[in-house]
Amino acid sequence: MIEVKNLTKSFGEVKAVRDVSFTAPDGKITGLLGPNGAGKTTTLRMLYTLLEPDSGSILIDGLNPHEHALEVKRKLGVVPDSRGLYTRLSARENIRYFGKLHGMAAAELDARIDELSEILGMQKFIDRRTEGFSQGQRVKVAIARAVVHSPQTILLDEPTNGLDVMTTRALRHYLLELKKAGHCVVLSTHIMQEVAALCDHIIIIADGQIAAAGNAGELLQQSGCETLEDAFVNLIGTEEGLLS
Amino acid sequence: MRGWLTVFNKEVKENFRDRRVIITSLIVGPLFGPVLLIGMFTLMADKTSERMEKALELPIAGQQHAPNLMTYLIQQGVEIKAAPADPEAAVKAKDEDVVLRIPADFSERWNEGQRAIVEVIVDESRNHVGVTSQRLRQLLHAYSSQIGISRLQLRGVSPQLLTPIMVKTIDQSTLTSRAARLLSFLPYILMIGAFVGGMHLAIDATAGEKERRSLEPLLINPVPRWQIMAGKLMATSFFAALSVFLTVVAFRLLVPFLPADLLGTSVSITNPMMLGILVVILPMAILASAFLTILASFAKSFREANSYMGLVTIIPMLPSFYLMISPVKAETWMMAVPLLSQNVLIHELIRGEQVPLSWYTLAGGTTLGLGLVLAVIAATLYNRPRVIFSGE
Repeated sequence: MIEVKNLTKSFGEVKAVRDVSFTAPDGKITGLLGPNGAGKTTTLRMLYTLLEPDSGSILIDGLNPHEHALEVKRKLGVVPDSRGLYTRLSARENIRYFGKLHGMAAAELDARIDELSEILGMQKFIDRRTEGFSQGQRVKVAIARAVVHSPQTILLDEPTNGLDVMTTRALRHYLLELKKAGHCVVLSTHIMQEVAALCDHIIIIADGQIAAAGNAGELLQQSGCETLEDAFVNLIGTEEGLLS
Repeated sequence: MRGWLTVFNKEVKENFRDRRVIITSLIVGPLFGPVLLIGMFTLMADKTSERMEKALELPIAGQQHAPNLMTYLIQQGVEIKAAPADPEAAVKAKDEDVVLRIPADFSERWNEGQRAIVEVIVDESRNHVGVTSQRLRQLLHAYSSQIGISRLQLRGVSPQLLTPIMVKTIDQSTLTSRAARLLSFLPYILMIGAFVGGMHLAIDATAGEKERRSLEPLLINPVPRWQIMAGKLMATSFFAALSVFLTVVAFRLLVPFLPADLLGTSVSITNPMMLGILVVILPMAILASAFLTILASFAKSFREANSYMGLVTIIPMLPSFYLMISPVKAETWMMAVPLLSQNVLIHELIRGEQVPLSWYTLAGGTTLGLGLVLAVIAATLYNRPRVIFSGE
């Protein structure tokens, strides 16, 4: 469960995030929807402790990420925008490295990697070096290493970027499974179909601020539009960044 | 497992799989110094002995003016050739190395008891000509003093009057210390080893992580940043130390192949010497790694980092070159200066000198101390968002 209140962050003159507040409960998928540069990544980085907010408060399962950075990191599984892998290590070794950094014991870790390999369909390449992996294979490894320690809360920054249809479907299926198991899932995206297909709660961010929030039906109602796409354009007041 | 140990293990494993690292840090790097040394000295020894032993072929102009000198030269094994028409031009054109010319008034001056002049035409700026012209000059001097002595004796004067002073050199150098002169650039090669050996990993672990966009995911793991940096620094130091170790071993094994007889001295690195060198140089590996890591942290990409590194290899050269050009007596204060202390200590070691134990401690202590300060700076850098996200 994530509770964010009045979050603000500037980089010099640029106000990246302005007075953002929302709650992402367990057992639900929360989507941050917004055009590129709206402040989604900055918000997530503050949640996963790599950036410090200028003001406002964040509580993750009741803990402040900046006072309890290590505890919060243990509770989080993060697939950031950067998903570089170590190309001279195999997929399994990449995942194992992160598992060990989480302090997992060897036997438990190996069992968990086999489990994730099956869930995400990585059996064919799990023991291959990641040099030359396709985008889809890389994202699967990045997700597996992010959730190897079975975190309660999962944050994903534009997870379907550059994925083909099959991988996207597999990923959506996995996120719905996590939700069913009672996890708190937060993902950012600029693709409407994604939030429509997945999210219980949608937060539309534009220019660092929350433009609207609610489920799909509520958003349609608020905007008075017939489709989610129209509602989105209507709510953020521009088509900029939507199509990229 | 502790976080830093996990990071250390992964970095070492990953880099052992990198063929470039194996080749540059562990094969070419360590072999470069000893092979260069042996190659250079073998070539030098060959060339020198060739010129010393070969019969001296000498073009002489005006042979008819000094028949006695000609006889003397032939007795000394000189093969006399006809001189080219214009000796100066021939030497300038590099057709001849050395030409001897006897002026027409030679016998006239000789008979009058004046100094008779002979001319050696040579281009002294040409390196290998030195041996030939020196041999010729020695022959001419020997002839000159032989004639001088017999002239004095004819007049009933003791030739000893000509040399009121006789210089006797009593050489205090030992075999080891003479050999040490040959190995004077060993410290430099070892320093380079420490820098080059850790270079690739230092870049890979910092700028490389940024470039392949793996730094951010890494830092989201619940491990304090200083532990991540410590693991990376130790892995870098490990490779630097390994590279240095292999260089010392390569020297130990290859130095006996030096053409010792020709150089008039035998060179060897004994096991205790090797051990001493390693003790001296290992703190350097840590200092070099911390320094390289800081430098690479500022770079956004492998290429950028690499271009900084080129400049870095000049740093370990500075004290070595200074000592090569102006050798100084080892003193205690030098031990407090990293780089300089290693240079001086290794020099003393290969000269077979006794060095006070406190020097080792002082040199190791100051180098490690500076290394730790740099390591803390490196770790602090990783707490700044600018460094983490600058690769984007």
